[in-house]
Amino acid sequence: MTAAADTPPAVPAAPRARSAEGAGFDRVFEVLCFGAATFLLLALGGIVVSLVIGGWPAFARFGPGFFTSAEWDPVQEIFGASGAIAGTLISSALALLFALPLSFGIAIFLVELCPPVLRRPIGTAVELLAGIPSIVYGMWGLFVFAPWFARRVQMPIMMSAEPGSLWETITAGVPNGAGILTASIILAIMILPFIAATMRELLLTIPPQVRESAYGLGSTTFEVIRKVSLPYIRTGAIGAVMLGLGRALGETMAVTFIIGNAHGFPTSIFASGSTIASTIANEFAEAPPGLHSASLIALGLVLFIITFTVLALARLLIGRQANL
Amino acid sequence: MTAVAAPRLSRRLGEGAFLAFCWIATLVAIVALAAILWSLLQQGIGGFLKPGGGGLDPNLFTRSTPAPGSEGGLLNAIVGSLMMCVAAMIGAVLIGFLAGTWLSEYARESHYGKVIRFLNDVLLSAPSILVGLFIYEILVAPLKGFSGFAGAVALALIAAPVITRTTEDVLKLQPTALREASVALGAPVWKTIFDVIWKSARGGMLTGALLAFARISGETAPLLFTSLNNQFLSFDMTKPTANLPVVIFNFALSAYDDWRRLAWAGALLIAVTVLSVTVVARILAREKASA
Repeated sequence: MTAAADTPPAVPAAPRARSAEGAGFDRVFEVLCFGAATFLLLALGGIVVSLVIGGWPAFARFGPGFFTSAEWDPVQEIFGASGAIAGTLISSALALLFALPLSFGIAIFLVELCPPVLRRPIGTAVELLAGIPSIVYGMWGLFVFAPWFARRVQMPIMMSAEPGSLWETITAGVPNGAGILTASIILAIMILPFIAATMRELLLTIPPQVRESAYGLGSTTFEVIRKVSLPYIRTGAIGAVMLGLGRALGETMAVTFIIGNAHGFPTSIFASGSTIASTIANEFAEAPPGLHSASLIALGLVLFIITFTVLALARLLIGRQANL
Repeated sequence: MTAVAAPRLSRRLGEGAFLAFCWIATLVAIVALAAILWSLLQQGIGGFLKPGGGGLDPNLFTRSTPAPGSEGGLLNAIVGSLMMCVAAMIGAVLIGFLAGTWLSEYARESHYGKVIRFLNDVLLSAPSILVGLFIYEILVAPLKGFSGFAGAVALALIAAPVITRTTEDVLKLQPTALREASVALGAPVWKTIFDVIWKSARGGMLTGALLAFARISGETAPLLFTSLNNQFLSFDMTKPTANLPVVIFNFALSAYDDWRRLAWAGALLIAVTVLSVTVVARILAREKASA
């Protein structure tokens, strides 16, 4: 780019006709691209419309009782969603509780502490955790993690619980490892890489001068993170957490394997429960057309509204922070 | 001195605890990954071997899913999964590349572009089981039958937003000068996009497609009530089609040991496929970034 740039480019001998070859296709191509983009919009719209239409008979039949009743009885055709909704919210909230500190720790480790040699292997390992299919998490959770968890964690806790205490109530259940808490732990492992990856990207957007001046004033790493880095990325970090929550809420297969699939309102963290997604996965293929399948689709609509709100908030918050 | 030493000690303790926590958090993730991969290998390789011992079980790739107690393999599920994933990818690549191009090259900061970009991001992480319900409502129920075709459409709908997003991102990274140079030479816009922009961004676009493929090849939820399952080897995508994830789901939760053995073998097969495609995609992306 030195000598060549100074000499003017050779002038073409004779400019060709103005209209370039094949310019007529321009319009067609633009319409094709526009159509593809609009197709995505229509797909999302189609999901909403089909869920509303499919679920309508259930809303019409049960009214607001659909959201408050926990009775789910396919034989008598009585369907209430509150058990599945509560199961979804509780398992996701618990998953977030476990995943949040861990993923912050991982992101901070990768950005601030990790020896450069280890950065790539550890980063890849966390990425692989995100790549493992949900069904593999489910099998591992049911056949490997749940038995271990029942023997090493559940039994001792249940044994040590004082009879009659509140602690005994919330840890009551069959100690077979399957249940809401186990599902939450597996969910936490599944969403952890997503939150950690987004957090890491956010931490990397902090200008080095900002962090270095804090270090220059004598701050420890902890103080830099707490007082400089976290406030700097606060909005985006909340978005990252919401993104993880969105994933946990809609996660299907892993939860179906290990939550125990019992209807009704969960009363204990070791009890079997169900989530919206696991109920649909378990019952929809066998549900006869009519009220049962309409109720399952109505559940789907509830899940859509919850996840859409969470994901939309997440995108708004992350988008404001950085272009992720 | 003591007035200074006291806060210094608490600061040092806080710092130590914090650093230890970050190390432990990372360790937890790595141990979890190692534990999952270890049981997958242990159980999965058991599924690859003959039940009585004595080398690899050739049935796995040559015979269809068995009735409980009889010999069989996963041939029909592997074939069905491949057919559906390939069909889904053809549709998703077409939509994803074009939609990503529109967002990057035509829409830019327009209002409609922002709406599509936002909704695509939501669709990207929407629960896949809802996509399954949607396809059931529009393809399975009206046509009165589960089909591999419906399964492929559901998978395409999950892959397309991933490809759209990555395509848009890599196209935006291409320098404006590249576009200007091409247009200045008299190339029409579509030719500029085809021959210049796409060509220079193809590594990134391929990475996006590979990641989408990795994502859908393990998807189970949207197939449960679209493609359903099929006990027999079939190449007819208008009929219910067997696929690995649903076979794994059914077999893993069954009470038969030989079915569970096949489920673990299938899980290992899927995990190895997904993880190796992911790693290849990442390596491609890194090479592109460092080049």
